[in-house]
Amino acid sequence: MNELIQQTFTWQNGLIFLGWGIVFLFIVLGFVTYAIYFERKVIGWMQYRHGPTRLGPFGMFQTIADIFKLLIKEDTIPKKADRALFILAPVIAYVPAFAVLATIPYTSTLGFADLNVGLLYYAALSSISTIGIVLAGWASNNKYSLLGGMRSAAQMISYEIPLVLSVVGIIMMNGSLSLRTIVEGQGSNFWEWNLFPQIVGFMVFVIAAVSELNRTPFDLPEAESELVAGYHVEYSGFRFAFFMLAEYVYVFAISALTTVLFLGGWHPPLAALDVIPGLLWFVLKFSFCVFFLFWLRATLPRIRVDQLMSLGWKVLLPIALANIFVTAVCLEIFSK
Amino acid sequence: MEYLNHYVIVVIFVALGILLPVIALTAGRWLRPHKPTEMKKTTYESGNDPVGVGQVRFNIRYYVFALMFVIFDVETIFLYPWAVAYKQLGLFVLLEMLIFVLLLLVGLVYAWKKRVLTWNSH
Repeated sequence: MNELIQQTFTWQNGLIFLGWGIVFLFIVLGFVTYAIYFERKVIGWMQYRHGPTRLGPFGMFQTIADIFKLLIKEDTIPKKADRALFILAPVIAYVPAFAVLATIPYTSTLGFADLNVGLLYYAALSSISTIGIVLAGWASNNKYSLLGGMRSAAQMISYEIPLVLSVVGIIMMNGSLSLRTIVEGQGSNFWEWNLFPQIVGFMVFVIAAVSELNRTPFDLPEAESELVAGYHVEYSGFRFAFFMLAEYVYVFAISALTTVLFLGGWHPPLAALDVIPGLLWFVLKFSFCVFFLFWLRATLPRIRVDQLMSLGWKVLLPIALANIFVTAVCLEIFSK
Repeated sequence: MEYLNHYVIVVIFVALGILLPVIALTAGRWLRPHKPTEMKKTTYESGNDPVGVGQVRFNIRYYVFALMFVIFDVETIFLYPWAVAYKQLGLFVLLEMLIFVLLLLVGLVYAWKKRVLTWNSH
């Protein structure tokens, strides 16, 4: 793969890229299927329940059955809905979720596009999903969806600012937006990762990322107790599945991005452990990030909408800005 | 020229992202039943008949957040290239960026004082 990228573009190489892209698509779909299963199992165990047990060994085929069920459900579009936008919205929400994965490096040799604007590409594309959500809320022509969509959009744009600002410190330390360069700038010992010099940025990043994912404790858009389901009330069958898919593909993307930016990517935590292949380290750190999100969901209650907005603008944004300037001053003092 | 490859991959990813919903929803059409009735096509409103229009007026507050988002997102766009070039440019650009961010922070403090950031019903 890496050698092919170095070569000049030919149509044959393009087909090979396409093949790998399709393979990767299926890997992501497999991840989503088992992330949902794993989430239900883990939360089950944390709440002294079993989680899914019926279908297959340990209930392992539960999610596959759920997907199949969604596929054979009737697809209803309300008469009052704006039909074209209603159909378009789940696609707009899903496409950027998958497209951002193109730029994430997995090991020193494995990875797809190494864009020199990688981080900007990620930030720019991931915010397109917000449009899909607002559009879904609006096109449904339903009061619950409209309010849910608006609330979702307000939350996602409020937390996008701290999210993108919290990584500026890392960009300054590496002098690059390329995710591969950022990982290569980190070392083979855990104290050489960006985690410790950028611990403040890391905390802001994690909080803002959880909020961007609309997951507990920031899962207000879902708000089943007040808005029934938020922006996807009117969606059924596979259109609904694409909103779910987008959410879990973002879980994949954010976990991978956290691993790459802060947790050293494919680098081992101690230089002595270098014998274990980089991909394994990547997968371990990545899995921990995914587990962390599930863990949060089992642990924390949902916060109120007024607390949500204050936290984003009054706490996270000033901290993220301060972090940039503290990093700048430290770089000025120590690296000269 | 080799740089083209990276963007070819991006195009492939976007295309695959579009193709999956198109294929899944088209294939689903043969699998799922299609028996629309008038009742099924009504808008959901907790079991009651929908009252009034769906696209209601909503809180102006969302609009203020959208405005602030635009301002700070533009700031981000300025900060990213600044951060990439920071090590080469040094102290002078640090001061310049500090002035720029302070200007925007005045806006944030103003919004804060105007209680825009406090979410209440009135």
